[in-house]
Amino acid sequence: MSSAVAPGRRARITAITSGKGGVGKTFLSANLATALARQGEKVLVLDADLGLANLDVVLNLHPKVTLHDVFTGKATLEEAILPAPGGFSVLLAGSGLVEYSRLTPHVREQLVDIIGRVAPRFDRILLDTGAGISDVVLHAISLADDVLVIATPEPTSMTDAYATIKLLATQQGRRAIRVVVNQVSVAGEGRTIRNQLQLVVDRFVVPHLNGGSGEAVALELQGEIPTDPAVREAVQRRALLLEKLPGSRAALAVVGIAARMAA
Amino acid sequence: MNSKPPFLESTPPDALRLEQALSLLVQSGQGAPAGVQGSTPWLQSLIDALCDLSSRDGLTGLANRRNFENAIARESDRVARSGEPALLLMLDIDHFKRFNDQHGHVAGDLVIKAVAAALSATVRPMDLVARFGGEEFAIILPNCPPAFGSAVAERIRERVEKRAISLVSGQQLGCTISIGGAYAPQWVRSTPSVWMERADLQLYRAKSEGRNRTCLEPTPVSVVSAEEKGLLFASSIFGEDLS
Repeated sequence: MSSAVAPGRRARITAITSGKGGVGKTFLSANLATALARQGEKVLVLDADLGLANLDVVLNLHPKVTLHDVFTGKATLEEAILPAPGGFSVLLAGSGLVEYSRLTPHVREQLVDIIGRVAPRFDRILLDTGAGISDVVLHAISLADDVLVIATPEPTSMTDAYATIKLLATQQGRRAIRVVVNQVSVAGEGRTIRNQLQLVVDRFVVPHLNGGSGEAVALELQGEIPTDPAVREAVQRRALLLEKLPGSRAALAVVGIAARMAA
Repeated sequence: MNSKPPFLESTPPDALRLEQALSLLVQSGQGAPAGVQGSTPWLQSLIDALCDLSSRDGLTGLANRRNFENAIARESDRVARSGEPALLLMLDIDHFKRFNDQHGHVAGDLVIKAVAAALSATVRPMDLVARFGGEEFAIILPNCPPAFGSAVAERIRERVEKRAISLVSGQQLGCTISIGGAYAPQWVRSTPSVWMERADLQLYRAKSEGRNRTCLEPTPVSVVSAEEKGLLFASSIFGEDLS
């Protein structure tokens, strides 16, 4: 891997998280990376879901070298950065690494070290975090410049997204959080959900920040992705939606999100 | 005057001006440093004594706000790296204005000093007790396991409550404090101000729940209350879709 990025530059690190699992986090990471790569960005997706990684499944990759090997010194970082089908790079955790599902100081140091080493070599790093709001997830998010929370209109997903947003605002001092709503059935539903989340944040979270100084927490809607049979089709074929069905409504929505993120 | 050491007698503009530093130290009760005046060890002791003086609160001798802000920055950085639990307590004397109004400012100062002494006597040597300002104090407790947090805070509150403050008139006063506390986010890059904000919020809660009590941030803070859920799903968005 040659580093084409000029010295002194550092990738913009975006954490993608959801609170609840199964809402399309890894799907979004992979397809967003594809769209960003097509916009000309040099993108790395880092599978930060250390305990239960499945980016390799989504991308239909069968990596021989994973982050685990880098952690244990069996492989170099260069060997573990793999090209993915969408024109971006991936650093896969390797699934079933139960020992990494708990954030020991060792794991923490490793993650900080890896990110520090890859950051100068890319324009953008997407951290695909695990589900939930465990200490591993919170730690990974804290290393990112910005956070994208993905939710669906399901009440459980909205509740978990809200819990995540609340924690990021109160514990990490985040004042701007990006939101993507997946699986919307009616156009505009994403905006409605973002507004509802903002309402609850303004009412229950903001009054407690800085002793009620009125400092705002802005939820920025990055886009909504419609419920689209094309997504299921791509996932079942273990292919990127943007490659297999680029004209589908969901694919176009992801392209729109990428454009907004680059702006 | 013969009392002046020779090196202080005629100081050219670019020479060390030590008189003021020495008088500051004498005034603070620390006295002049020991050793041969003007020697390097003597100057080092002088600098150490001045540093100490500039990091302490004049009335109570506790760490002052500047010292506290350095310490909390260091501690939150340490927790982010080590993952050790660290507790921050923010404390405030209940109805302090009444002491000043009813017994005068001298009595008010006595109350502040008594609380400061009680706090220092209750915590471990490794903990940092600071006067945050006015009648507000803060304590940083490194390596304090969450299971003990409430007990520690409660012990501090009780110690202050039990302490009698004797005025010059012979009158005895008692005072109470409210305590709010929060743990630093472990392994997470955050800021000291966010940590202080969370502890402050709990102090506010202790005050509004009636004072003379301790409130620690419930863990985890990610719990979503019924009220929050109520508002989250209050609008017609689901009504329309599910009906």
